[in-house]
Amino acid sequence: MSRMAEVFAAARAEERAVLIGYMPAGYPTLAGSIALIETMVENGVDIVEVGLPYSDPLMDGPVIQLAVSKALAEGTKITDVMTTVEATAATGAPALVMSYWNPIERHGPEQFAADLEAAGGTGIITPDLTPEEAGPWMAATDHHVLDRIFLVAPSSTPERIQLVCRASSGFVYAASTMGVTGTRTSVSVKAHDLVERTRGATPLPICVGLGVSNGAQAAEVAEYADGVIVGSAFVSAFEKQDNAADGVHAVGALAADLAAGVRARARPTERLEMS
Amino acid sequence: MTEQVFAHRPDPQPDATGHFGKFGGRFVPEALMAALDELDGAFRDAWSDPEFIAEYNRLQRTYTGRPSPLTDATRLAEAAGGARILLKREDLNHTGSHKINNVIGQALLTKRMGKTRVIAETGAGQHGVATATAAALLGLECVIYMGEVDTARQALNVARMELLGATVIPVTAGSRTLKDAINEAMRDWVTQLDTTHYLLGTVAGPAPFPEMVREFHAVIGDEARAQTLELTGKLPDAVAACVGGGSNAIGIFQAFLEDPDVALYGYEAGGEGVHTPRHAATLTGGSVGVLHGTRSYLLQDEDGQTIESHSISAGLDYPGVGPEHAFLRDTGRATYESVTDTEAMDAFALLCRTEGIIPAIESAHAIAGAVRLGNQLGPNATILVNLSGRGDKDVATAADWFGLTIESSSE
Repeated sequence: MSRMAEVFAAARAEERAVLIGYMPAGYPTLAGSIALIETMVENGVDIVEVGLPYSDPLMDGPVIQLAVSKALAEGTKITDVMTTVEATAATGAPALVMSYWNPIERHGPEQFAADLEAAGGTGIITPDLTPEEAGPWMAATDHHVLDRIFLVAPSSTPERIQLVCRASSGFVYAASTMGVTGTRTSVSVKAHDLVERTRGATPLPICVGLGVSNGAQAAEVAEYADGVIVGSAFVSAFEKQDNAADGVHAVGALAADLAAGVRARARPTERLEMS
Repeated sequence: MTEQVFAHRPDPQPDATGHFGKFGGRFVPEALMAALDELDGAFRDAWSDPEFIAEYNRLQRTYTGRPSPLTDATRLAEAAGGARILLKREDLNHTGSHKINNVIGQALLTKRMGKTRVIAETGAGQHGVATATAAALLGLECVIYMGEVDTARQALNVARMELLGATVIPVTAGSRTLKDAINEAMRDWVTQLDTTHYLLGTVAGPAPFPEMVREFHAVIGDEARAQTLELTGKLPDAVAACVGGGSNAIGIFQAFLEDPDVALYGYEAGGEGVHTPRHAATLTGGSVGVLHGTRSYLLQDEDGQTIESHSISAGLDYPGVGPEHAFLRDTGRATYESVTDTEAMDAFALLCRTEGIIPAIESAHAIAGAVRLGNQLGPNATILVNLSGRGDKDVATAADWFGLTIESSSE
């Protein structure tokens, strides 16, 4: 069983959802991003998504755009992302990379997968890669035994959900809304429907991302999803503070709130018995 | 003319999955896939519907002013080694460039899909103006995304779009230029797919955009081929066009792809020189990668981060290029060269003085290329040049370049 599968199994045994937290490598600095990730894990983040800063993040809203711009201005390179993955893996939490496709293609899919495996990473989320274009990527991730996480969206047809689920491993990322990353006052009702539709197509865990920003929302999503993915809210929590120490503290407090949220789901869902 | 639409392509590119060889495809968030499928279906349905084609042709005739003329540029030819130079006058279209061809097609398609709002990116403002124009004509709501750097250097076009009823949103993310405007338009589109069509302005982006935009510009080549045959009794020896994203070049190249004796030349923006970091020559100075949903050549660093382009021409100032150009480059069917800012501005001045035509600086790159080509091919050659736009929008830039003084009344 992979490290990530163990985390999902343990959470299932506790009748709770998994908390997945995102932070871009190199934000606000390389050491700073590692400190933030360590704080996130200490305060209950189960799986870490290390963001690979990219110049054209078209699925990201203003909060993450700003953070990755800062990371790039800091001179963050792919090697720094791998360093961040290594530090993340050292915390004991599974480390995923979230990367747009072009940096991986430029680095070479095989080389990227090899580097990630060597750094102790467990998988990759590719928000602008669909299974249709993923041929070389399937081979590279199979070769290096990395989970490859594709996305389903509210607009996905049943055929596309099947396609995405067949190509995915580790878990399936359900984008809760038709939009970009960012905190929202409520999580779209479309998320629940999407998770139910995806449930029929795969035995893999299904995690919901886009729009979750606090413990109450996490609890709501945890009622029907296996995992809750939070990104922009962590970046915002840091960004709002005047100094790094307060920022780290705020990120830790948010992680604790969200961790309580994923443990507070009102009722275990029926599919628990199925799996 | 409607029957010719697909007639000259026995081996059609792209393939059924939207690839031109290894280029093209769709690299987009899953959320956009359904919309791209819908668009693909709607486009194919419309482009085989005689009624749709008739309406497109009617607007092209009565509104754009097609067919655009072919001008025998005899005085320019003297500077081009005596080669005969024929100018395809897309600058005489309504709104001043070839951009209107695609915009009319996609705006009609928007209505056909039952959508009420169009969004578009623009760099120099020409595509934004054309989109705002078609939106006004067809009663569509219109929002234009434009990098903040470009809204400042193309203030006149911002005013034009607003006069036409469009909302112009300055984009402050990233490098605040065309590439960031495309990102922002994509982000808008994904949230409002039910009502909105993204009216992409060049032959780039995810499938079906490269093919669809090409088809709406194929009229340029269809007309120019017939006009050249009528005027000279033979096909041209070479066809020249400027290439940013590459829509005007693809439009004129299409009609000649199956004519092996017609050489195809694309001229990219060399900025301060392809050997410097300041250029926009993706095919001659870039490498293969994925940007804005498609695989093609682009300007990128060793980590795959997009490098900012530079050109005196805002319309060519884009770090990517359409995937079909990448395909034509790699198969050797078309040749791509770069033209520096200085060469382009020399050609700009030359065309003004020899033919009484103020070209868009984009198109001046094609003129520079044709002059270079004419001197290589000699006096017996005939070169067809796509004069893709007029230069009214560039007068301030040109005046600055040539050290002229403009009395400023409003700035």
